[in-house]
Amino acid sequence: MNGFRAPERVVASSAAAEAIEELVAERGPVMFFQSGGCCDGSLPLCFEQGEFVIGSHDVLLGTVAGCPFYIDHRQYEVWKHTQIILGVGDGEPEGFSLAAGRDQHFVITSRVFSDGELEALGLSS
Amino acid sequence: MTDTLTKPTEESGREDGSATGAFVAPGQPGSLVSLKPRYENFIGGTWVAPVKGEYMKDISPVTGKAFCEVARSTKEDVELALDAAHRARQAWAETSLTDRAAVLNKIADVIEANLQMLAVAESWENGKPVRETLAADIPLAVDHFRYFAGATRSLEGRSTEIDKDTVAYHFHEPLGVVGQIIPFNFPLLMAAWKIAPALAAGNCTVVKPASPTPWSILKLAELLEDVVPAGVLNVITGPGAEIGKALATSPRIAKIGFTGETTTGRLIMQYAAENLIPSTVELGGKSPNIFFADVMNADDEFLDKAIEGLVLYAFNKGEVCTCPSRALVAESIYDKFMERCLERIKKITQGNPLDPSTMIGPQVSTQQLEKITSYVDIGLQEGAECLIGGKRVQLDGEFADGYYFAPTVLKGHNKMRVFQEEIFGPVLAVTTFKDEAEALEIANDTLYGLGAGVWTRDGNLAYRMGRAIQAGRVWTNCYHLYPAGAAFGGYKISGVGRENHQMMLEHYSQTKNLLVSYSTKPLGFF
Repeated sequence: MNGFRAPERVVASSAAAEAIEELVAERGPVMFFQSGGCCDGSLPLCFEQGEFVIGSHDVLLGTVAGCPFYIDHRQYEVWKHTQIILGVGDGEPEGFSLAAGRDQHFVITSRVFSDGELEALGLSS
Repeated sequence: MTDTLTKPTEESGREDGSATGAFVAPGQPGSLVSLKPRYENFIGGTWVAPVKGEYMKDISPVTGKAFCEVARSTKEDVELALDAAHRARQAWAETSLTDRAAVLNKIADVIEANLQMLAVAESWENGKPVRETLAADIPLAVDHFRYFAGATRSLEGRSTEIDKDTVAYHFHEPLGVVGQIIPFNFPLLMAAWKIAPALAAGNCTVVKPASPTPWSILKLAELLEDVVPAGVLNVITGPGAEIGKALATSPRIAKIGFTGETTTGRLIMQYAAENLIPSTVELGGKSPNIFFADVMNADDEFLDKAIEGLVLYAFNKGEVCTCPSRALVAESIYDKFMERCLERIKKITQGNPLDPSTMIGPQVSTQQLEKITSYVDIGLQEGAECLIGGKRVQLDGEFADGYYFAPTVLKGHNKMRVFQEEIFGPVLAVTTFKDEAEALEIANDTLYGLGAGVWTRDGNLAYRMGRAIQAGRVWTNCYHLYPAGAAFGGYKISGVGRENHQMMLEHYSQTKNLLVSYSTKPLGFF
């Protein structure tokens, strides 16, 4: 063991956390699924809880403001060395995701985990 | 666009009145494209205001400014469109193949007669260079309708003699009313890919264009008011979460066709499962484009073609599900070959997409722009080397707020996220391979399997690679050709079903089997 605590795989910015709380207050619990490629892909999709059927092999990355955040297991394999940071951007969502408030959409940025963090996550090569 | 020296002419639609200058933007004096401040839904052959009376702004990525409004439809509008489609369903299904094909040919003729107008509209709304819409998007849409006009007439049912007195007849019957969701990257061509086979097979359709590009297809609908029988083709605009969902979950559709990203593809299939209806989903890709060492055996026309083949990652500013966004270059030629390619990339002219000399326009939206930026950032964090580009481009004047991103090349390795995820922008990830086995291993080390490119002067090698790459289409010594008649669709998580081919008619038909006995003898069981 090194000195690192295992870091969160997904975290929310304060703007994102606020948007989620408002969404939940307005419509009830929500869930996130990280999308893959094409068009409006590679974006976090936000649904009402239960709208998107979670499969047996999907990976729960963590929770953001109390809401679950999932990713496809194959995609997880190529993303697992990075942390996902959920944020909010201007403009309505272009696809099937719920908006992050009026004229806002959820976005992600990513950060590569340090060697120590990877070790704490049990992912060092 | 008002400060041009020469007055634009109605005939040319160009800013300088010449036959080669930049086209005048839609709605401006002298433009080929008329523009209303507001567009309603196209339902039942006429224009219908959204039930709740709400509209949303349509922004041109060229300037970053709104240029018109379109309906922000709700599920009530989806029902109206489905009502119209169901009213038209039976008559259209019973229309003879001769007459159905004639309608498709007429659609093609109308598009062709308005080619420049539609090319300018498409360019303005999506940001794709008009040189591409004039030469590819619109002519391909024309050909697509003609192809399916012919394909549906040449598609024959089959009959089988089961035994001397028993015959199985197989007829193609329309599904009925279908829902079709169109992506933003080729708004008119992808609409043609979906509408043509659906109509050819005798179905009526409700089409939902992508949220960033709802307008050019409405311009097409204006042209088709008197061409397509009322209710056979309906177009409704609005947010995916509202009307995309209402359409895809409706128990009143017999099939859902979708092009877009993978998670939404899953959602669409889930919705289809709720109603036990079929779906066709064309999803993402991360296509390898493989350059073997022998491409540099001579400095000739073929090498020139191969260099262009690599640079084609910038086609339609990289917003293509088959974008050749992973270049795999033989290690032995890497330095020399990339030097030539980077020279070519430096010459890409970026700017107003309505100028026919422009090679790359703006990304379709700010959301795409921010995504591309975040990918370049993660690529650099992972240790990729930026060989060219890498940032947003700030243009002057009226284009200052447009969504332009510099053609970018990142060198790295295939485990990096920029090699594994579709960026949907003009960002090429390049790496090297030692031999054929390694090239194949890297090519197939991806979640996706939509497209691939193989470049070599060795036909046997090209064949081996083409068969071994797990992708729905392997372009061999070419790339980004989309002729009607060449089946298109994904392996792996890149989708289910094929488009662009006569087999698409099967996706939009039921099979009716009549099992007929010509014997008078009882079975003898009872």
